[in-house]
Amino acid sequence: MTDSKYFTTTKKGEIFELKAELNSDKKEKKKEAVKKVIASMTVGKDVSALFPDVVNCMQTDNLELKKLVYLYLMNYAKSQPDMAIMAVNTFVKDCEDPNPLIRALAVRTMGCIRVDKITEYLCEPLRKCLKDEDPYVRKTAAVCVAKLHDINAQLVEDQGFLDTLKDLISDSNPMVVANAVAALSEIAESHPSSNLLDLNPQSINKLLTALNECTEWGQIFILDCLANYTPKDDREAQSICERVTPRLSHANSAVVLSAVKVLMKFMEMLSKDLDYYGTLLKKLAPPLVTLLSAEPELQYVALRNINLIVQKRPEILKHEMKVFFVKYNDPIYVKLEKLDIMIRLASQANIAQVLAELKEYATEVDVDFVRKAVRAIGRCAIKVEQSAERCVSTLLDLIQTKVNYVVQEAIVVIKDIFRKYPNKYESVIATLCENLDSLDEPEARAAMIWIVGEYAERIDNADELLESFLEGFHDESTQVQLQLLTAIVKLFLKKPTETQELVQQVLSLATQDSDNPDLRDRGYIYWRLLSTDPVAAKEVVLAEKPLISEETDLIEPTLLDELICYIGTLASVYHKPPSAFVEGGRGVVHKSLPPRTASNESVESPETAPAGAPSNEQPDVIPTQGDLLGDLLNLDLGPPVSGPPLATSSVQMGAVDLLGGGLDSLIGGPNFVAPPAAAVPANLGAPMGSGLSDLFDLTSGVGTLSGSYVAPKAVWLPAMKAKGLEISGTFTRQVGSISMDLQLTNKALQVMTDFAIQFNRNSFGLAPAAPLQVHAPLSPNQSVEISLPLNTVGSVMKMEPLNNLQVAVKNNIDVFYFSTLYPLHILFVEDGKMEAVSSRLQSSNIFTVAKRNVEGQDMLYQSLKLTNGIWVLAELRIQPGNPNFTLSLKCRAPEVSQHVYQAYETILKN
Amino acid sequence: MIHSLFLINCSGDIFLEKHWKSVVSQSVCDYFFEAQEKAADVENVPPVISTPHHYLISIYRDKLFFVSVIQTEVPPLFVIEFLHRVADTFQDYFGECSEAAIKDNVVIVYELLEEMLDNGFPLATESNILKELIKPPTILRSVVNSITGSSNVGDTLPTGQLSNIPWRRAGVKYTNNEAYFDVVEEIDAIIDKSGSTVFAEIQGVIDACIKLSGMPDLSLSFMNPRLLDDVSFHPCIRFKRWESERVLSFIPPDGNFRLISYRVSSQKYVDGSTRICHHISVCWVELTFPCFMLTVGYLNSSLLPLAMAHEETRKNCLVAIPVYVKHSISFKENSSCGRFDVTIGPKQNMGKTIEGVTVTVHMPKVVLNMNLTPTQGSYTFDPVTKVLTWDVGKITPQKLPSLKGLVNLQSGAPKPEENPSLNIQFKIQQLAISGLKVNRLDMYGEKYKPFKGVKYVTKAGKFQVRT
Repeated sequence: MTDSKYFTTTKKGEIFELKAELNSDKKEKKKEAVKKVIASMTVGKDVSALFPDVVNCMQTDNLELKKLVYLYLMNYAKSQPDMAIMAVNTFVKDCEDPNPLIRALAVRTMGCIRVDKITEYLCEPLRKCLKDEDPYVRKTAAVCVAKLHDINAQLVEDQGFLDTLKDLISDSNPMVVANAVAALSEIAESHPSSNLLDLNPQSINKLLTALNECTEWGQIFILDCLANYTPKDDREAQSICERVTPRLSHANSAVVLSAVKVLMKFMEMLSKDLDYYGTLLKKLAPPLVTLLSAEPELQYVALRNINLIVQKRPEILKHEMKVFFVKYNDPIYVKLEKLDIMIRLASQANIAQVLAELKEYATEVDVDFVRKAVRAIGRCAIKVEQSAERCVSTLLDLIQTKVNYVVQEAIVVIKDIFRKYPNKYESVIATLCENLDSLDEPEARAAMIWIVGEYAERIDNADELLESFLEGFHDESTQVQLQLLTAIVKLFLKKPTETQELVQQVLSLATQDSDNPDLRDRGYIYWRLLSTDPVAAKEVVLAEKPLISEETDLIEPTLLDELICYIGTLASVYHKPPSAFVEGGRGVVHKSLPPRTASNESVESPETAPAGAPSNEQPDVIPTQGDLLGDLLNLDLGPPVSGPPLATSSVQMGAVDLLGGGLDSLIGGPNFVAPPAAAVPANLGAPMGSGLSDLFDLTSGVGTLSGSYVAPKAVWLPAMKAKGLEISGTFTRQVGSISMDLQLTNKALQVMTDFAIQFNRNSFGLAPAAPLQVHAPLSPNQSVEISLPLNTVGSVMKMEPLNNLQVAVKNNIDVFYFSTLYPLHILFVEDGKMEAVSSRLQSSNIFTVAKRNVEGQDMLYQSLKLTNGIWVLAELRIQPGNPNFTLSLKCRAPEVSQHVYQAYETILKN
Repeated sequence: MIHSLFLINCSGDIFLEKHWKSVVSQSVCDYFFEAQEKAADVENVPPVISTPHHYLISIYRDKLFFVSVIQTEVPPLFVIEFLHRVADTFQDYFGECSEAAIKDNVVIVYELLEEMLDNGFPLATESNILKELIKPPTILRSVVNSITGSSNVGDTLPTGQLSNIPWRRAGVKYTNNEAYFDVVEEIDAIIDKSGSTVFAEIQGVIDACIKLSGMPDLSLSFMNPRLLDDVSFHPCIRFKRWESERVLSFIPPDGNFRLISYRVSSQKYVDGSTRICHHISVCWVELTFPCFMLTVGYLNSSLLPLAMAHEETRKNCLVAIPVYVKHSISFKENSSCGRFDVTIGPKQNMGKTIEGVTVTVHMPKVVLNMNLTPTQGSYTFDPVTKVLTWDVGKITPQKLPSLKGLVNLQSGAPKPEENPSLNIQFKIQQLAISGLKVNRLDMYGEKYKPFKGVKYVTKAGKFQVRT
């Protein structure tokens, strides 16, 4: 007799038949019928029509039948709220049952019925159950509070259940404590503002005691909760670590990883000289390695986390390279992660083993994996200098295999090796050239062309090679076209006699036959450069290139620190902070690692209180409206504390290279001499625009002295919203520095003092360069003008809109928030210059590259650069007699374009 | 917390769904199917998938996908561990975790899932407690139930649920009191072309089957506990006692459970300076192995000194490799055939017989068929999956088993680039390859005298030989 028989009713009146059976007098038949209903439910069939009949079976002494009916109720109550009320009486009655199992079952099921009307009836029984004598009932009731909160948060708060739940943290039974913590954590997640888990040394102590005695799942909840606590000094941190360490030997990998999180976080507070610090480091390695012997799914999550851990503290696993060696039957997602970690752990000591392994992997079947393995060899060469030679010879061996994708990957990485170690391995070029014909991927072709161009003087037939690429110029991808253009120009500069024809051919292909503005522009620049001053061209095009950096894929340090706080969570799997992907408007409190503090210090000087913890003065003011504003509170609002300065965060968007790889030395290079406009090659054929010439500022190099356009001050924070403090202001840029001009007006009746200002993270990393200096207290009806210098080295986070700046201002009364939009032109930097244009634009650091006259319209090609290195190219079309200009923009970061438009408009119209 | 669970079979049918919060539509699984399609192999489906509104965390067990839906930030390991626990429970209840078994017991499955999780929080996952709440199906019980009308749902609160030892129920009674321990060690290794060990470690477990009445308090001690420096414990073990005395002291759960799992690697976590020892031990392996081979004929007489020498070096090298493989697999350029020659032999096997030997090879795609002759055992080649399986059986050192012959390749196809890896399975009874030995088992708290037994076995885990 199996349950599969419940699935076999496919006759016509299935529902009808079940209805009859459900109403049968025979208990046994009833039960069978309910089982059939449940069976249909498990496969997603809709059996909600039987609701009244099933509910009728609820009043029974048979526990199995009761449970089955409850199962049904949970699924369908929502669709039949009125009918669900019928069940309430039974629930209330069951909550009084002498059998704790039934009391718990009733309260558990009631919480799962997500019907508003029922929740009202739930409150009384729930209150009783939370204080039940039986811990099993109490622990079930604790979870029920979380369920109820999800349905009706207000009700839970009004009824005071949250306080009862907090009391349960001190319960005598560890299982109840664990569930209470779990429930509170879940509620806290949806309400980051509520100070639910008020952790203090006493409650921490209780949690640590419960940790030893509760179930494995409870341990996870408690450990995750502990991780949110910031110990007051290193002694407390150490004592917590000591009590958490035994969890590293737990059989449940989730417990282990949660324990690792707590230890990694609190370790930050321990001094490295401490013996205990070393002991702890040693203790962390074995459990992490053990995670890798678990099921592949667990391995994957573990590896993603280990990836973070080795970036933060490489010393933990530096001797464990071998466990990351790939087995051929590992799932691909495990293989790729292992490879990543192998490279991170590669060092002089183990490089031989690593290389031998990587070479082995490069002959495997899976294409993605093989490619990554080949790339990894290149990364090893760049990372461990001593191994470079061996890596290159390994790569050459791989090229000999002639496997198409292996060869292509190898060539791409060899290009990087050349850039890292110039003039060392050029002897291999001949081998590379042999494979020219087999390259069909743009990246590999581009790399090869770069190599040929860069070492043109050593390759006898470089011109032939490049010419062969030139034949199909128009079918190539942009990447290849750009490289080809640069490479041929390089070739020309190196061997001018033989290649004149070639260079003319490529320049005309690029400038005349191409629709691609990048290519066209680069072509014009070269053309003009070559025709103006070949010596200067040589200095620019063949300038020495900066060496490429060692590791390109490291996670940015501030993000890494944040992610370390999220070990074991989804954030750690995606390597993104939760704010980047957690759904909905739920506020996310940013976590940060606690700073290293010595115990005695922190007691004496409150200023050095951990910056990561919200300061004690304003614990309750986390605004709920915007998750970003929440950030501000994590920053220290007081005057800048002397302490380790925040590392300048690298801009994540990356310096956008306007014209592609080979040209970065051209722009902004120290040798760059702006050719006089008159030297425009004849075929550009631009007669000097009549109406334009007066706009031209031929005396280049102005614009750095006169300030850019300044908008009048606007009210940013009305007095109404800020308890009497009115703030108006504007932004200026003068002599290369940005400042925020503020006017603070006191419209309240009391004196204001202790002003401080803080910016939220923003798109360009704007941050105050000095504290807000308001020297005298601001008396009522007085106002003060301040110019606050700004810099752009703050943390970067993309905002919406892009130029949005969120500001917090503190005074003796309160903390106020406002946000404002800054005009983008304050970020236009002086060295964004290419050539002079209208003095007005130039004084705002917008520079002209070229001008042409096309069908009676003047075209101005202009460039500007933002503080963070984003280049914007503009085409300004001016018709004589027409007051309207047409502006077209080109930029790698299209988000800025709208704001550049606005900037143009304001500058030109004012 | 865990929102919903979908069980999906290999052909992509959702055959069971369970929701712990509100109902999530089956269509969410489409994202999973999409990922499954992208991954060439079922094993390669990524375990964490994000969808616009949910996250799907899945495991693949016994040809079934357990796909859980979560909506908020939850530790993925917690979800994966839980899903494996669900699969373990099905295995425990129905003898197998298969679609048929689950469908046959769908009501019990549903009751179990409800009992294991409440609002996404794990409730009761210990098999002892579950079995008190919901009785596992037996033929006898279903007959009795249908006659008496009683049910398989327990109606009293499980006793262990709230005690400090939730894993053990009260009032256990046996007529024969027995305690058995299985020390099972698996060798994970990668051996390179030349036969040297790239990587080797031992994954060991001690599984226990305890049938003791009352509340026995056991302590298990080892001859050489220092071997165990990376151990995961069952919650029943008193950690303090292990830290101070290196004795496993515990009140056991009733029935079968995993007492500890441990890892012995070829290196010790002492500090950097002792790492040299590892190199010495590698030399030892290479030097002693040939003479071992020579003495294999009169092994018994030479076993003692060898074993002692081994004990000496064991502190350094802890992973012995009990088999060696001689192989030559070659494909000729521009010809549609290749040669295959594999011989397997014993090495460092401490005089024990190596049995249950199987060699599996994933041949390259261009291989059409294989014409081989085994000196022992039998082989099969599946031309679809290109998997060669050679069932060797027992290795007798006098006559080493080998498998030789020709490989037929697709004509015209280029010579395969990759070299196939050999996957080797074997078993050695009565030996824990790490040398771990149980010293004694003492029982406190009860008066009777239990019957005790310890069994050792060594197996190949992920044991692969590169060619």
